[in-house]
Amino acid sequence: MTEKVLEIRDLRVTFDTPSGPLEAVRGIDLDVEAGELLGVVGESGSGKSVSFLATMGLLPARARVTGSVLLAGEQLIGASNKFMRSVRGRLISMIFQDPLSALNPVHRIGDQISEMLQSHQSLSSRDAAKRAIELLDIVGIPQPDDRARQYPHEFSGGMRQRVIIAIAIANNPKVLIADEPTTALDVTVQAQILEVIERVQDRFGTAVVLITHDLGVIARVADRVNVMYAGRNVEQGTINDLFDHPSHPYTRGLLASLPRPGKQRLKPITGFPPNMVNPPSGCAFHPRCEFAADICKFEMPSLVSYGDLQTACVRARELPKHERFV
Amino acid sequence: MLRYILRRLAWSVPTMLLVTFLVYIALRVGTDPVESYKRVNPRASRAKVQQYIDINGLDPNFVQGYFKWLKNFITGEWAPSIKGRREVWPALKDAMANTLRLGTAATVVGIFFGLVAGVLAALRPGGKRDVFINTSAFVGISIPPFISAILLQLLFAVYWQRWFGESLFPTSGVYPAGHTGFNLFLMIKFMALPTIIVAIQIIATYSRYMRSSLLDVMNSDYMRTARSKGISERRILIKHGMRNALIPVVTIAALDVGSIVGGLIITENIFAYPGMGLYFLKSFGEGDFPLLMPWMVVIVASILLFNLIADISYAWLDPRIRLE
Repeated sequence: MTEKVLEIRDLRVTFDTPSGPLEAVRGIDLDVEAGELLGVVGESGSGKSVSFLATMGLLPARARVTGSVLLAGEQLIGASNKFMRSVRGRLISMIFQDPLSALNPVHRIGDQISEMLQSHQSLSSRDAAKRAIELLDIVGIPQPDDRARQYPHEFSGGMRQRVIIAIAIANNPKVLIADEPTTALDVTVQAQILEVIERVQDRFGTAVVLITHDLGVIARVADRVNVMYAGRNVEQGTINDLFDHPSHPYTRGLLASLPRPGKQRLKPITGFPPNMVNPPSGCAFHPRCEFAADICKFEMPSLVSYGDLQTACVRARELPKHERFV
Repeated sequence: MLRYILRRLAWSVPTMLLVTFLVYIALRVGTDPVESYKRVNPRASRAKVQQYIDINGLDPNFVQGYFKWLKNFITGEWAPSIKGRREVWPALKDAMANTLRLGTAATVVGIFFGLVAGVLAALRPGGKRDVFINTSAFVGISIPPFISAILLQLLFAVYWQRWFGESLFPTSGVYPAGHTGFNLFLMIKFMALPTIIVAIQIIATYSRYMRSSLLDVMNSDYMRTARSKGISERRILIKHGMRNALIPVVTIAALDVGSIVGGLIITENIFAYPGMGLYFLKSFGEGDFPLLMPWMVVIVASILLFNLIADISYAWLDPRIRLE
């Protein structure tokens, strides 16, 4: 068993909205092991981004966060702002979805990386600038010393995402959270960015949490996968187990809705994502689940080991064997 | 950049010609300069009137007349005022100096406090401080200067004198009657009230600009990136927030300064402050064409100049803008 760098227990996040409290995350348990690449999958509104923004302490003050998040043994929930500032960017850092707007347009690329370095290490401006150029080289930006003097608008989307990765890994954090890092990019650029992330993970032993709704991306790079639905984990396991014999009906639905060569029609999951102000009782997936029984309306399932996977479905044992689609 | 500035300056020449031509027509149609001259100088001889027409380019043909006026204006053959044959340039120069002094003082004070108020409001949108600043800004914008000026004059001159024996700030002029020479303390005392009046308007407007500009910036993705770096809130606000939020505000400020040169007419009138506004009111009232045309040239030139400054400052603050 390897060391756990991030342990999330019963994390809950509630927002006050005009139509009442909205519980976006409803009790998440999740472990990230040192150096692994954990994929977190779920549709929009499943709480995957919010969980990790809460971990980073980046949610607006009106969000109520409870539960426990241990990062390298340090409790982050309820920690002081000062402590969170010392953690952010040093032990844990984040890559965001839209590289076009995530960099400050009026500062030079090199300075934006140096700022990250100097806020957590005592480096002279000169050394920080030198290190910034090395980081640009690591993430695969050609002519890094010239590029460091340029502004974000002189970079393409993929190049900007590389810069953001360079900023995120500047202080060699234990955990790197990548929130839909490839969603805004071309498919060819997506593959390059994933390669950069994997290279960083290998080279520095950084644990990566890759948040995405794209199972194709997960299949390519993740070691383990955590599937989220309506603010809860519904299934987790290694990538092979989960893709080979998913147990939870939602995971099965996700896999069945993937386009594949030779497949005539996609099989979508029917219905719509739940309204989180008033989520369905019991298992939040039951209104859309083809295997739903009466018990699903009353009992909210927790993750239970089932074969090689952990699955939150009370009927997991009774379900027909998953047929691997061709 | 230098080439851009030179080209813009070159372009301002035809602009000036066109605008002054339009102004020339408007003044001739609107004030009938020849009639005004005859009215002020009822006993002027035929030859005198003809001389006035020649030096001012007031020929029946507007195009010919305009170029005549232009030639005399450029060669420095400025016609004297229709009243008492006063030289125009000394009067215009004094008026410019007085207005620049008032305008600069009011703009510096106004923009500084306006920006501070806007930032304070934007830090906690919807909070008590924000509501207070917004409400004050709306009150400040809504009260016209001719009302606020009279209220302040009543308070600091009339009532102050009644309560404390002497007034705190005088209500008119730049110096007491009969004063000669330069005296900074007296000048500040005399400028205080008009500066406050103009500054109130500027504070109110700029707190609104700054608030909305900073709020926009605060919600942008790069601010979240800055926060995720673990740097202090202060550094986030100044280095990432303000630096971006100031771009549109500085641009508007440059444009506003350009128009303030001729834009203090009401305030200057109330305080009998001998600046460009009062100069215009007096000369326009008398149809004093020789005084009016140079005034117009100064106003147009200052607007063109500050437009150029606005564009340059925009490019200087925002690396995405390149002036070609």
